[in-house]
Amino acid sequence: MNHQPLLRFTGNSIYCPTADVHIDPSVAVDRAIITHAHSDHARPGSKNYLAHRDSAPILRQRLGEDIALQTVEYGERFTINGVVFSLHPAGHIIGSAQVRVEEQGNVWVASGDYKLEDDHFAAPFETVKCNVFITESTFGLPIYNWQPQEKIFNDIMQWHTKNKAEGKVSMLLGYSLGKMQRILKNMQLENEPLFAHGAVYYCNERLRQAGFDLPALTLVTKDMDKKLFKNALVLAPPSVDGSTWLNKFAPFSLGYCSGWMQVRGAKNRRAVDQGFVLSDHADWKGLNEAVKNTGAEKVFVTHGFTSVFAKWLNENNIEAAEVKTMYGEEEDHETPIAAEGNLTTE
Amino acid sequence: MKQFAELFLNLDRTNKTNAKIDLLKNYFSSAPEQDKIWALALFTGRRPSFKVKTAQMQQWACNEANIPYWLFRESYNSVGDLGETISLVLLPHENTPADKSLSDWFDYLNVLPSLSDAEKELKVIDAWKQLSPHEIFVFNKLLMGSFRIGVSQTLVVRAIAEAANMEAGGIAHRLMGNWTPFNTSFQELIYSEDVNDQASRPYPFYLAYAIEKDIAALGDVNDWMVEWKWDGIRSQIILRNDELFIWTRGEELATDKFPELHVLKKLLPNGTVLDGEIVSFMDNKPMPFNILQTRIGRKNITTKILQEAPVAFIAYDLLETAGSDTRQLSQQQRREKLEQLFNATEPTQVFNLSPLLAFDDWSTIKTLHLQSRANAAEGFMIKNRQGTYQAGRKKGDWWKWKINPLSVDAVLVYAQKGHGRRTELFTDYTFAVWDQDKKLIPFAKAYSGLTDKEIALVDRFIKQHVIEKFGPVRTVKPELVFEIGFEGISKSTRHKSGIAVRFPRILRWRQDKTAADADTLENLKAILDIYNVV
Repeated sequence: MNHQPLLRFTGNSIYCPTADVHIDPSVAVDRAIITHAHSDHARPGSKNYLAHRDSAPILRQRLGEDIALQTVEYGERFTINGVVFSLHPAGHIIGSAQVRVEEQGNVWVASGDYKLEDDHFAAPFETVKCNVFITESTFGLPIYNWQPQEKIFNDIMQWHTKNKAEGKVSMLLGYSLGKMQRILKNMQLENEPLFAHGAVYYCNERLRQAGFDLPALTLVTKDMDKKLFKNALVLAPPSVDGSTWLNKFAPFSLGYCSGWMQVRGAKNRRAVDQGFVLSDHADWKGLNEAVKNTGAEKVFVTHGFTSVFAKWLNENNIEAAEVKTMYGEEEDHETPIAAEGNLTTE
Repeated sequence: MKQFAELFLNLDRTNKTNAKIDLLKNYFSSAPEQDKIWALALFTGRRPSFKVKTAQMQQWACNEANIPYWLFRESYNSVGDLGETISLVLLPHENTPADKSLSDWFDYLNVLPSLSDAEKELKVIDAWKQLSPHEIFVFNKLLMGSFRIGVSQTLVVRAIAEAANMEAGGIAHRLMGNWTPFNTSFQELIYSEDVNDQASRPYPFYLAYAIEKDIAALGDVNDWMVEWKWDGIRSQIILRNDELFIWTRGEELATDKFPELHVLKKLLPNGTVLDGEIVSFMDNKPMPFNILQTRIGRKNITTKILQEAPVAFIAYDLLETAGSDTRQLSQQQRREKLEQLFNATEPTQVFNLSPLLAFDDWSTIKTLHLQSRANAAEGFMIKNRQGTYQAGRKKGDWWKWKINPLSVDAVLVYAQKGHGRRTELFTDYTFAVWDQDKKLIPFAKAYSGLTDKEIALVDRFIKQHVIEKFGPVRTVKPELVFEIGFEGISKSTRHKSGIAVRFPRILRWRQDKTAADADTLENLKAILDIYNVV
């Protein structure tokens, strides 16, 4: 019997020593399995990458067209040095996956980021039975309870209708990879004048070229006539908030889609006019449900309210431990705003 | 309730003064009549107490949400507002929200004080079940904690004045005094004929702006009078119908807090309103604020307190004499009337006249300014001899010229997340100085004084340099140095440092200094020795 754990937390990755494979490494390694293409999970520089097929277009766009990338389907098994790996839908964004790792009947699952609600674009979350579950905890507090997405989409539509009536442009902010496709797939926007910031536009175009069924967007360019934006809905990454890029749309109303919008302080500090609580992460209920359904006897908690969620699970008779050193900064949920603005998750 | 909850959330969401005024104006024009007086009571700090403890509310919320208390506290640390945390942890209910008005809810709550704890719990939980999450949040605000949402009295006054098409000064006056929604209506309060029908009603205080330019720019010295800016409690002393009322600037009726001044009831003529400062006073001279501080907030003023921290009133303005409002007279005329009144009053230790400083040019004033601390003053008040007594903070006729604060360079050692607008950022800091054993001893907490940009940088530093967690408090690697200013300093047995500073605040970030360059406890104690001559 092998006494070393199947997966280890190195501080830079979730590492499988037997297979010498890193999951979502933050540094360059020989072999990396990438759960999804958000930049805090997919970092450049590694020699060999493996990810779900649907992650490929954006991974190449972001990490380099020439990266050594092997793709697999959900459920497809591959073996490295006796360890059996497979990817399973995480429901987070397009191509997002949980990584199942099995050795001699011992099963670990690293969730990556996930949500339980079917967003009609990413493959819906699949419960994978395991002995050890590594879960994220971005919204691991009981204050985070999501409403059904239809309700939020309705709110967005109402806001947009009101803006049109008041002669304002609807400036809708959200992550360009994930949130924007979710909005485009679920809201009937065919008849709306639709514009996009570069970050949103190029992400959308790349996915369209790869064959995904997404509507075409119009890129906002410098020389565009202001009049074109009348009655428009403009999609942009959160980083434009407070930038001069917004000037040409005045008067506009600023809407922001994020789970953080649940809390008044977060909304006020960003000075958004309207917060829409729409997240691609599981809420409190979702995290609990996902953990319970795996049947895991041991849970590791990463990303977010790690100590709180671990303590809660322990009190509810699920053995859990906090993984402290994953991905740098403690409690820094705010977007470190990158130039392009589409580089981070929530 | 829906309308009020919406007003609350909208006010909370904007920091533009005009937008706030529009929202308030709109509300006071369209809300049900009986709701207006309650809204007004809330905005002017007159929320009645319902004898519900915040600890109880938290416990009830935990029971309802089926979560342990520690998890509730973790949530609170993240949200930064208790009422909001409760509204977020409660599971959504299927009930159709009841459409009770704001005043209906106050009627509902008014029975609470007479109920047992168990009955209170049922009543509050039942209310939560009738409200939407947003409304629960606002409802909780009616029940507990402070009702602060960045709406100043001035703003409310302006909005009501505009809505009622009346003059702001008059509205400000009407909103003063000890009215409650139980003893008056909105109609009566705002529109009744006789404003002074309440004998205790004070006038709105005239507040000065700090002068930023050189005082010489004020022009002809003969146009101005200058007096010390006393470091005490700004107050109005009112004598009407043989009754004495003492109001502080915080609109607190504090008559009982200052029994030494009750002798004025016999000495002052009826129909008198004086504006001035209550200061601690010993051996015929004013003392630093920290002596007065020892009796602020005490419920019972004991003989011991009266002996150790006696007070006196220093008058500097006369707002009413022989029952008539003198605020429209010039500063010069009011001063003359004040002096006449003072000279006609039987002398007593507790009633003093704020002396005018003699000067022929501004440079004399500048020299005298350096003696402020020695005179137990915070600097100067400079008043235009032609000015009237205005309502609220206005520029032009009154200026304050304060002395520079005392300061030391200190090291950031603990941080905590802020509340409200700054929930996600570490903005509450504790600062320390070095003791003889080269250990850092915390001596002050400060919140403000940095720009948003600096806050973001400091926040980032903190998140990357956490050494330890204690609940919401983070011990931070002692590296950043700030210049901390404060208005006063005194000995303290409660603080490990042995000193307490008054109004500590961040003056600037000393990025040019390392932790080793920070000041020592010795330095602080030296300041204490210089300025705390008692």
